[in-house]
Amino acid sequence: MEDMLEDTVLVNLRINGKLHELEIPAHKSLLDLLRDDLNMTGTHMGCMTGHCGACTVSIDGRVAKSCITLAATLGRAKITTIEGLTQDDGELSPVQQAFWDEAGFQCAFCAPGMLMCTTELLDANPDPSDAEIETALAGNLCRCTGYQSLRRAVKAAAKLKQNTREAAE
Amino acid sequence: MGKFGMGQPIRRIEDQRFVTGTGHYTDDVNRPNQTWMAVLRSPYAHADVKSIDTTAAKNAGGVLGVFVNEDLEAAGFSDMPADSIPPGSDGNAPEAPHRPILAKDRVRYVGEPVAVVVAETLAQARDASELIDVDYGERPAVADMNAALAEGAPQLFDEVTGNLLVHWSMGDKDATEAAFAKADKVISIDLVNNRIAPTAIEPRGALAEYDSNSDRYTLTTGSQGSHKLREWITGKKGRKAADIPVEKLRVICPDVGGGFGMKNFLFNEPLAALFATKVIGRPVKWTGDRTESFLNDTHGRDQINHAELAITNEGRFLAIRVSSLGNVGAYISQFGAMIPTMAGCGMLCGCYDIEAAHVDVKVTMTNTTPVDAYRGAGRPEAAYVMERLVDKTARETGIAADALRRLNFIKPDAFPYTTPLGMPYDSGEYAKLMDLAMNRADWAGFEKRRREAARKGKLRGLGMSYYIEACGGGPTEYARLSVDKNGKVLVKSGSQNNGQGQETTFSQLTAETLGIEMDDVEVRMGDTDDIEQGMGTGGSRALAAGGSSVVTTAEALIENGKKIAANLLEAAEVDIEFKDGGFHIAGTDRSASLAGVAKASFDDSLRPDDVEPGLVTVVEQPPVAPTFPNGCHLCEIEIDQDTGEIEFINYVIEDDIGCILNPLMLEGQILGGAGQGVGQALYEESVYDESGQLVNGSFMDYIMPRADNVPLFDFHYTEVPSPSNRLGAKGAGEAGTIGSTPAVANAVIDALSPLDVCDIEMPMTPLKIWQAIQRAATKAA
Repeated sequence: MEDMLEDTVLVNLRINGKLHELEIPAHKSLLDLLRDDLNMTGTHMGCMTGHCGACTVSIDGRVAKSCITLAATLGRAKITTIEGLTQDDGELSPVQQAFWDEAGFQCAFCAPGMLMCTTELLDANPDPSDAEIETALAGNLCRCTGYQSLRRAVKAAAKLKQNTREAAE
Repeated sequence: MGKFGMGQPIRRIEDQRFVTGTGHYTDDVNRPNQTWMAVLRSPYAHADVKSIDTTAAKNAGGVLGVFVNEDLEAAGFSDMPADSIPPGSDGNAPEAPHRPILAKDRVRYVGEPVAVVVAETLAQARDASELIDVDYGERPAVADMNAALAEGAPQLFDEVTGNLLVHWSMGDKDATEAAFAKADKVISIDLVNNRIAPTAIEPRGALAEYDSNSDRYTLTTGSQGSHKLREWITGKKGRKAADIPVEKLRVICPDVGGGFGMKNFLFNEPLAALFATKVIGRPVKWTGDRTESFLNDTHGRDQINHAELAITNEGRFLAIRVSSLGNVGAYISQFGAMIPTMAGCGMLCGCYDIEAAHVDVKVTMTNTTPVDAYRGAGRPEAAYVMERLVDKTARETGIAADALRRLNFIKPDAFPYTTPLGMPYDSGEYAKLMDLAMNRADWAGFEKRRREAARKGKLRGLGMSYYIEACGGGPTEYARLSVDKNGKVLVKSGSQNNGQGQETTFSQLTAETLGIEMDDVEVRMGDTDDIEQGMGTGGSRALAAGGSSVVTTAEALIENGKKIAANLLEAAEVDIEFKDGGFHIAGTDRSASLAGVAKASFDDSLRPDDVEPGLVTVVEQPPVAPTFPNGCHLCEIEIDQDTGEIEFINYVIEDDIGCILNPLMLEGQILGGAGQGVGQALYEESVYDESGQLVNGSFMDYIMPRADNVPLFDFHYTEVPSPSNRLGAKGAGEAGTIGSTPAVANAVIDALSPLDVCDIEMPMTPLKIWQAIQRAATKAA
């Protein structure tokens, strides 16, 4: 058993655009890999059972809970974390900007899940309804806000993205 | 008012790091050579600890130490502290029973820490903790308060006879009896205030370090106040937990992922980590997992109330009489005994003009996790009693719920008004706010909407609560301001950010008072080495106490600056006036900037003896008076009779939170609180079975409010300034929680009233609602 836990797998991962070649123990979660090995502490541990959403990242364009994802299974995956939402020039993404403008967060421990899920939602659905927003956020627990500021921030993010698109056209 | 002044929706400074994932919470802090601690917890609610064999665990891979209470006691880590217990009706205040840091010879609740393992990795520490062999002798346990007080119940402590810690009372019993004797009617209600897990999304954690050169400990832990923790640990306040002199302990609080009352307190694990770090000689880190949070974070609420209201035929309230059971759990947490007694019972008269009141509370010990402050800390329980009772009175007398409240409200010209339970209400315009809320919610049109819903087979209900809350008076909050040579202002506050945004509010107030940019202000909190003293966050007092203190100190800093400006500008001090961020000689164009004066303060020739370099300013300030926010919650719901499911139709809040500094942040506080109150009414409950096992110790089975089951709130406020502090502010942190639970419960009861259902216990789940509907249907048939 002990030996099995020590088995490692050589995995290539692209995290926030940067390629990592890592020997990953078979039992290690993506969350632990990010936080403990790569010192990327923006992704949070809230439950380790996949219920609270504080550990949410994007894997190959789909949101996933990194606490219940084994890192060694992610060969050649493209992973984006909350740190990767900020653009290379330091500018905030429209989603980050909107959550700031609208005071979406309070303690912000839930921020990884809220920002990653909103980013995914708006990539697929630029003008979501209230119900679609609620569904997109429902896998993320927040104890501070009562969710209203978060829902408002998603709407503001949609608008901001639309404005950015229109300005580009 | 300037651009950073009262009423400005300034964006939060904190969010620059939070939206980019660069916040710094306890578990984000790591040290070179760090070790990990795991905690072995009791699987029994009540058992003798006959022996603990740690041999196998000590020999396991990577293990650096396995420790039990004996080890801690030998090193002077002796006892969990508890603040004083209020005296009972007999005038005697009992001592809190001894509560060891790790179990001594008995465990009294599931999850009680028994031993700790420190290892090279967390996995090794956890694996080894499972190799500890504890020989338990199981005892009968009792988790239910009525059962605990019954004759023959299992006894938790020899010194707590019948598990009754204290029988406490408040109010004038004779006057209350007299008022009941002359009453035309007495309305009574029995309520259960369900036990809640506070559930901060960031689990508690601790990083302990010891430096042998200086013989000093450092504890990094997310909390509601580092100074309070340091006092409890070192015994500056109450029974000391560890034999560490106060100057030998530094407590640091980084970013905190929510506190909600629970993170006020000193828990077992940080103490065990402090002990272990010195023994191991390396930093020791503990991060609780979610189940540990459910098991050992203090819980909230858990009361059983019987309340009676004496009224006249016209519906005037004469007196209220309440007798309650308050569960403190298996040990007394620091404020544990205060919560069901002193903390909230004074608010049982609500915002009604009542002649007399009497409360008695049996503070009861059970084999459950200790109970302590949870957002509102006694006031939500009081508001729940009164607002449920008022609605029941309305139903039983046939007087409309709004008319009954209007008839009994304390009138605006009656302030200051002291209630029969001694609360000095400072201001309020209750009827005005209720009218505003009713208009927005179309109260008048509700019966029509109820009929329309009934035609679709739905049960519609409209619930009202008019809450009032008391926010922390007492000692003011510490503030220290200084200015560096570049004009950057440093604010050191004794408050503590848990997500409310004090970095922003205190910057906002400082920038406004000094006429500078917010970018030129830095706010620091939460480090006992850096900040001389502090009360931390709690009791919804950060703005009224902490904010007022910052403004007063900033003004004193200006006065200090004038003395230097006078020297710098070669003018008389009386001729210097401060405006737009600069010192001016009145009537001339000669002036010096704040930065210039700060720079000059480092020049001995320009600085008078009574001013410090950098204009360091601390002001001794008198205690602050409590504030009394209040408001009206109206909740309209529809129940599906086939499933018992609730749909929110409308939710209106009209609040008086005094003068508003930052409306964006105010709304966050109110609606966050309201969401938590909705959770208590409809979803949440920590459940123990008869053997004292916690049934729902994970997010699988503890139902949290989510984005798709919390209503959208229609929130407005009316500013009725508080005369109690210079900002006119009233506390916002707990108000939403206090108002929403009774409003939601009243809405459910109102919806079910056509079926003659007059009570369902919280949480009012679809199952309970459906069962009530079925029972009513059976009865009708």
